[in-house]
Amino acid sequence: MAGLLADKDRIFTNLYGLHDWGLEGAKQRGCWNGTKEIIDQTPEWICDQIKASGLRGRGGGGFGTGLKWTFMPKQESERPHYLLVNADESEPGACKDREILRNDPHLLIEGCLVACRGIRAHTAYIYIRGEYVFERERLEAAIKQAYEAKLIGPGNVNGWDCDVRVTHGGGAYICGDETALMESFEGKKGQPRLKPPFPAGAGIYGCPTTVNNVESIAVVGTILRRGADWFAGFGTEKSTGTKLFAASGHVNRPCVVEDAIGIPMRQLIEDYFGGVRGGWGNLKAVVPGGISMPMIPAAEAEEAIMTFEDLAARKSGLGTGTMIVMDKDADLVKAIARAAYFYKHESCGQCTPCREGTGWMWRVMERMVTGEAEMSEIDLLLDVASQVEGHTICGLGDAAAWPIQGLFRHFRPEVEARINTYRARKGSFPGAKVAAE
Amino acid sequence: MSVRRLAVEQPESFAFRADTLKAARAWIGKFPAGRQASAVIPVLWLVQMQEGWVSEPAIRAVAELLDMPVIRVFEVATFYTMFMLEPVGTHALIQVCGTTPCQLRGSEALMDVCKRRIGPRDHRSADGKLYWQEVECMGACANAPMVAINDLYYEDLTPEALEALIDEFAAERRPKPGSAIGRQGSAPEGGPTTLTDPALYDGSRAKPITIPNLPAKERA
Repeated sequence: MAGLLADKDRIFTNLYGLHDWGLEGAKQRGCWNGTKEIIDQTPEWICDQIKASGLRGRGGGGFGTGLKWTFMPKQESERPHYLLVNADESEPGACKDREILRNDPHLLIEGCLVACRGIRAHTAYIYIRGEYVFERERLEAAIKQAYEAKLIGPGNVNGWDCDVRVTHGGGAYICGDETALMESFEGKKGQPRLKPPFPAGAGIYGCPTTVNNVESIAVVGTILRRGADWFAGFGTEKSTGTKLFAASGHVNRPCVVEDAIGIPMRQLIEDYFGGVRGGWGNLKAVVPGGISMPMIPAAEAEEAIMTFEDLAARKSGLGTGTMIVMDKDADLVKAIARAAYFYKHESCGQCTPCREGTGWMWRVMERMVTGEAEMSEIDLLLDVASQVEGHTICGLGDAAAWPIQGLFRHFRPEVEARINTYRARKGSFPGAKVAAE
Repeated sequence: MSVRRLAVEQPESFAFRADTLKAARAWIGKFPAGRQASAVIPVLWLVQMQEGWVSEPAIRAVAELLDMPVIRVFEVATFYTMFMLEPVGTHALIQVCGTTPCQLRGSEALMDVCKRRIGPRDHRSADGKLYWQEVECMGACANAPMVAINDLYYEDLTPEALEALIDEFAAERRPKPGSAIGRQGSAPEGGPTTLTDPALYDGSRAKPITIPNLPAKERA
């Protein structure tokens, strides 16, 4: 058996779309089984069970899902409660929610119903990124099936009135931030809001709102069906459960796969992704979870374990669990320069350090690619990165700084060698340009 | 941030087609009364479906439909990069993902094909049929490199495969989206290595179950 997890313990049983995505197929695979008994319980029981399972947000932040739900007001008031599902998956490297949306949509819909009960909401909105047109149509079709079977909607058989609706975005990475998501949902530019007030106090339309990632919501039905202790039995004390992993870049067989958190990185890459192109010895660096996570070099990847705490100790993070693998042929500086361009393009322009800093960092990185830079600019770049990091409303400034910091933490000599080579070729004494002519 | 401006040449007017208007009203109905502004992105998207791009008269029409100030709709149309602010190819809008995971697997070669076959980026081809641009991550990284053509994803491409796709679209055909090397979704090449246990799919999971960890006494 490859990996740590047996097929019987996998939650997303139609990950590759080999089986029926519709209601009948989903029911065959165990979805919507026992949902009524779950919904019959109190919201406190649901939150306690999710807390006991140790489920942490799967969108990259890793905040406890059960804990987040308990922040919602305990009494319904004239302000309705909302569940907002973040399906705005746009981080380079991340491609896991798409598989849930198009192949296992009923797990998500069931999860929405259970989560709505847990936070006393009667409406769930799923905000899906605009480019996922096919996935949105598939999800809407699945929701239609669920309405027709009276599994959701007013007066449904499960006993908790709950509307599930889909809306979509317009191709902005920033809308993956929960407050930008709410702004965008309300029909504005996706510019993040200051916190407080937190979404649980004043979210969409000023009403209490919980924002969760697709994967976090899609697993709750199965967790409650099989027991919090079953889910907590995988992984480590602080990082529990199963998770979707993916690899892109220089692996032999890139794919998306579900396994237990706590699987060693090397085992994950070799068992599921066909190993690194040219063998493990050809590995140079791995970005463990979406491009915003700082890269770790091959020596650390050898020992790394896919948990929140182990990767944090390596000054990186689990993020979305979707790796980017780079072998010795890869141009790391160019890869990170491209990431810097991505952040420059996706900055919303609200906070000055990010709006100006991302563009500045990209331009310097582009010169580092060719080596056409001053040696002192490396420290200047790191200084600017540290001034962008932590000085913006949302996490995009941090996310833009981390990949650059990760590159220089582990591969600074490589950039220095590039600058030296460029100078040796061109000559770099004062007046070199004149002399060359 | 990306700076985007409306096209210099704008059409005289814009009118919703009947089906577009019907779909727009359905979107408005998804949100609470008085919150119709939430539908602005979907409605602008419908406009783009109808016209191929978002023009200035269309922005005014959307603002009127949603009872929003024109400047708010203008902001949204220029902020979100999915909205094309100038006319695109009549046959195909080709969006090549150029972000790191696709770059590592050869998206630059795909862009070279586009440059050679269509011309400079963000421009229409000479015959007006094709238009290409580089876009940021499309969220299909396990199937890199990929392009989106007219909103459908074409994955696991090589320059030759993209060239064949361009030929198809130029001839007004609609090739099947998905992996160019026959992969099933995001399963590994050669077929899935997991989820092979037949017990998952024989219906045994649909049998009645008892939910574990229920509280001792029933809910009052």
